[in-house]
Amino acid sequence: MPFASPESFAKQRIAAIQDYSVLSWHAIANIFSRPRYWADIYTQMDSIGVGSMPIVVLTGFFTGCVLALQSATSLQEFGSVSLTGNLVALSMVKELGPVLTGLMVSGRNASGMASELGSMKVTEQIDAMRALGTDPVRKLVTPRLYATVFMLFFLTIIADAVGIAGGALVAVALLGLNASSYFHNSYRALVYGDIAQGLTKPLFSGFIIATVGCYFGMNTKGGTQGVGKSTTQAVVVSSVFIIIVDFIVSRAMIGIFGR
Amino acid sequence: MTAEPANESASLNQADTGSTEPVVVVEDVSIIFDVKPVLQNISFSVQRGETRIILGPAGGGKSVLMKLVNGLLRPDSGTIRVFGEDVTAMRETDLFKLRARIGMVFQESALFDSLSVEDNVAYRLHEDRVPDEEAHKRVVEALQFVELEQTIAKFPPELSGGMRRRVSIARAIIAKPDLILYDSPTGGLDPITSTTIIELVIKQRDVSHTTSLVITHRLQDAFLLARHRFNIQTGKVEPIPNGGIDDSTKFLVLNEGRIVFDGTTHELVHTTDPWLKEYLA
Repeated sequence: MPFASPESFAKQRIAAIQDYSVLSWHAIANIFSRPRYWADIYTQMDSIGVGSMPIVVLTGFFTGCVLALQSATSLQEFGSVSLTGNLVALSMVKELGPVLTGLMVSGRNASGMASELGSMKVTEQIDAMRALGTDPVRKLVTPRLYATVFMLFFLTIIADAVGIAGGALVAVALLGLNASSYFHNSYRALVYGDIAQGLTKPLFSGFIIATVGCYFGMNTKGGTQGVGKSTTQAVVVSSVFIIIVDFIVSRAMIGIFGR
Repeated sequence: MTAEPANESASLNQADTGSTEPVVVVEDVSIIFDVKPVLQNISFSVQRGETRIILGPAGGGKSVLMKLVNGLLRPDSGTIRVFGEDVTAMRETDLFKLRARIGMVFQESALFDSLSVEDNVAYRLHEDRVPDEEAHKRVVEALQFVELEQTIAKFPPELSGGMRRRVSIARAIIAKPDLILYDSPTGGLDPITSTTIIELVIKQRDVSHTTSLVITHRLQDAFLLARHRFNIQTGKVEPIPNGGIDDSTKFLVLNEGRIVFDGTTHELVHTTDPWLKEYLA
């Protein structure tokens, strides 16, 4: 690999950020003008939302299970096993539900978007679309962006719910806790700020998954090898961004709601 | 000259539109990729009804030139006017409107894998909200033109390379464009299939008299285009009698990003340029 000078490296990075910002802005703004591709938005909602349900449900459920199991060990030392419900609910709703759902959907869909759009790019289908008078950002990126943001919000709610249910299963079946007390404690532990924090995060994660996936797809170069590279980069970059943005949103929400 | 019918119709076409201005005017265009100059100081024009064959060895910048004409790429310097509009200075949204008058056949067909042949061919009609019934009728007509109406329900991966190329031609002509850009329509195809594709280009040229740019690096394809015509009575492509050549077909030869020849078939075969003579040999 040729060695790039620091100057050209910096220029490339800044140009990439600029391109990413322009793409993201157009993807957002396109929904406010015609033509709007509603059919594509619904297709993407089905593919991204319904298609990701199994992995989100499984991940959420077993995360709730393991959270209950692990926290019970520590809580037992303080004689507070009955607070397992509080811990599972708070952890799932504020942090693990949104982040794990974001990471799972990123692994499945950011890669899918990068590879699909990347294949279209290297086989000149994107150019063909432009030649046929269609804006590829409007047709391909905007539907994926809005579908991901919309569906990730609901996928997170599902992950939270099945996570708490998984915790309940472990708490009742393995820890011998009362189901009613578990759910009561879970419910009591959550306040408005926690829900707001947990449901704000998927909006950012959805945005990151779609824009990063589409950005790498639309900028694919170098044939099938380039498609593979774009796919890997999309998953890596979107996953890292999700965790970084999770921290920033958490800090901001703690500042706003005080917890 | 033996291609009078084609020329007469081309003149009619010109009169119809009431304009004698060239359809494509390329002026002093250069483009560099990274540090490599791909095209240098390219200037030529394409008249209404003309078929301009862009010949040259692979890697000479032919496809880049085609994309520049369609506004898919922007040159580093120079101007390109298509239908009198400067595509190098137009916004992408305006280019989308201009491209409604341009059909393009891509090197590897570039059909949308997720759409059926019908949806691929009707893509532009669907974008323009043409009613389904009319769109279907026009798709059937376009597929009949390329003799592939039986593939209407198939998907691109189910078709052979030659069939994909023909579907791509159907997609390019369905909106009855005023300019068709063929980017290596025979690239990677066997000689028999290549001839079939070139015959379709000839048919389109002689039936619709659409201005077109045809890229090829196969000399036999280029001369097939120049020396044959479509006979509407027999419905077949045949050699122009008495070894004649089609006047509306002209050549542009590119080598290493520069124009080495711009002229008629007659001028090309009688060239004295040593490189060109060797290339044509």
